Amino acid sequence: MPHTQHPIELLRFNTCGSVDDGKSTLIGRLLYDSKSLMEDQVEALEKSADITGGGQINLANLTDGLRAEREQGITIDVAYRYFATPKRKFIVADTPGHVQYTRNMVTGASTANLSIVLVDARQGVIEQTRRHTFIAAMLGIPHLVIAINKMDLVDWKQERFQEIRDEIEDFLPKLDVFRDVKFIPISALNGDNVVDASKHTPWYEGPPLLAHLESVHIASDWNLNAFRFPVQWVNRPNDPTDQTLHDFRGISGQIASGIIRKGQQVAVLPGCIKTTIKDIWTYDGSLNEAFCPQSVTICLEHDIDISRGDMIVGLEQLPGMASDLHARICWMSIRPLQAGKKYFLKYGPQTVQAVVTQVEGRINMETLDLEAGPTEFRANDIGVIRLKTAKPIIYDGYTTNRLTGSFILIEQGTNATVAAGMLFPPTEAVKPEYTDFAI
Amino acid sequence: MSSYHLDHLQYLETEAIHIMREVAGEFERPALLFSGGKDSICLLRLAEKAFRPADIPMPFLNVETGHEFPELISFRDSRAKELGAKLIVRTVDEAIAKGHATPAPGEISRNKLQIPVLLGAIEEFQFDCAIGGARRDEEKARAKERFFSFRDSFGQWDPKAQRPEIWNLYNARVNPGENMRVFPLSNWTEMDVWQYIKREQLAVPTIYFSHERECFRRGGQWIPVPPPHTDLTKPDLYAGARPKPNEPIKKLVVRVRTIADMISTGMMESPADSIDDIIGEVAAARVTERGSRADDKASEAAMEDRKKAGYF
Repeated sequence: MPHTQHPIELLRFNTCGSVDDGKSTLIGRLLYDSKSLMEDQVEALEKSADITGGGQINLANLTDGLRAEREQGITIDVAYRYFATPKRKFIVADTPGHVQYTRNMVTGASTANLSIVLVDARQGVIEQTRRHTFIAAMLGIPHLVIAINKMDLVDWKQERFQEIRDEIEDFLPKLDVFRDVKFIPISALNGDNVVDASKHTPWYEGPPLLAHLESVHIASDWNLNAFRFPVQWVNRPNDPTDQTLHDFRGISGQIASGIIRKGQQVAVLPGCIKTTIKDIWTYDGSLNEAFCPQSVTICLEHDIDISRGDMIVGLEQLPGMASDLHARICWMSIRPLQAGKKYFLKYGPQTVQAVVTQVEGRINMETLDLEAGPTEFRANDIGVIRLKTAKPIIYDGYTTNRLTGSFILIEQGTNATVAAGMLFPPTEAVKPEYTDFAI
Repeated sequence: MSSYHLDHLQYLETEAIHIMREVAGEFERPALLFSGGKDSICLLRLAEKAFRPADIPMPFLNVETGHEFPELISFRDSRAKELGAKLIVRTVDEAIAKGHATPAPGEISRNKLQIPVLLGAIEEFQFDCAIGGARRDEEKARAKERFFSFRDSFGQWDPKAQRPEIWNLYNARVNPGENMRVFPLSNWTEMDVWQYIKREQLAVPTIYFSHERECFRRGGQWIPVPPPHTDLTKPDLYAGARPKPNEPIKKLVVRVRTIADMISTGMMESPADSIDDIIGEVAAARVTERGSRADDKASEAAMEDRKKAGYF
């Protein structure tokens, strides 16, 4: 792995597709051909090939890390891989294809800049293709690659590639918007158009997969609009020996969106108290401005009662504040979601109790339409619900802000994470009757 | 690149700081596992960045096998003192004496015996969370671990029942007796760790740098010759781990790439005596970091088995 002294960008992507579409093989191929594998890894591969693979190296063994996976030849959980080229560093989430593991795909994809959906060229578009593309769109992943794999098994026919591409382009308009979509004909097993361009596809004019991953524009993927700062921790040194430290009161968190400057006016929610940024403190010194996703400690002009779970926001484009919520969710538990049941709802650093008031509809993965009528969700269902929280929460629509528009539901008792939720935009923004700094 | 842009180390740093602060916000009694090794050295800097100017709101905890490199122990102690942190040390020896841990007959390595000691310390201090420096790039089973890794009341990890981790929303809820292991460096690679050490100008124990040391060949690796057995009133701590007559001792110029303890760390022959040299070596390396650890070589599922039982 070459290293560089220059700033180098990090791209996070995930792979998804149906069982045996060759996801793990593709990642293995990327690692192998970009020379990111080490000798002992290759040695371990070869060793396991002798035992289980009849002598052939199985690139999928690289990511299938758990014993049950190697035995069954399937991937049962999200596996993370890391590799670098001179141009970029990559974090790969290998997310499984089995329908019952949709929750893992959501896990792996929720933090990705880019999703690769694999399609078996022989089978074409199947329910899994639609499901995974839908989830990637729903999660607001900016960049999509449709890798049409096993092209060698359809004699590298351009017509077949085009057929599948047409079918996907037919349903893309039904989905939330991707910033860009790329179709690439590959053979993961043989390495065609993965790292090196294939000699079998003279009709394909685009880059091989790796070249695309190295060059796709990701600098605008972070949200620099509308300042949002969920409060994680209040920093009070309380050091009686040092007067400056004795009075220090910092508000620590990670900027969820936007840019903040020293001297800027902000509001502290839910109290709607207006104040000014006195200092942006970091271990490496005070900053004049800070931006998403930096972690900083903010000092405010006024001594306001503020605690974990509150939010500091810019005065323009205020968020919503409500306890009646409307959201899309992906259900992840074997125990079904039912209206009337109470859960913990965690959003940002805050947890509140919530009750599901209505199950509005479930997505039909064949048609991608929302169908009304279900009374419960089963594992891996995606649908729309209404919730009521024990106290109002401060939020944005998921489509404008992935970090302040998302939540998880936690089952009371077992503490299992049972749902990933994406909020629809608030019907109205907070109408602050500002108190100009109380206390 | 625009000025509103983080490079890869700054991105990994802000992600880790966020996780550290989530731990401080969510848990009653967290601890930070600090061994003095390179990964936990990064953890300490991240803790400073997360919590300064206040005190780091959790004690440091270390489990000693009794076979540690002395350089590591002195580094650990002085670093903890420098940061004004409370350092809790629990040892395999104590646990054996109290009957909490029993060595397997014939087994020299105390690696597995760290498990009951760690679980014992968690119980003793009622820790509900332990922050560790493990990274997903180290090993295949680790590659599947979450940032917030739930352990049941037996300290066990169940890889098939992991909580999904979505966005940066970490479910930190545990019932009494259960606990959480949190790994802020999950997304860091070996290269990232060294580049961060360089950027932050962090001190590391001298054994990471090239030095002369007596070693012998065992299991395809250069194992350091243990310190002499001087106090003959006590049993030899290194019995079985000393070179046999057919294992000649050689003086070599070596360093460690990863530190377990003296009897399970393979030394690598290397002239690297600066952080830059080490970064160059990592860049050119043809075997993984854990390729030099005997404890992982036992079977393809060695790490998975230890983790299920409550390993770090």
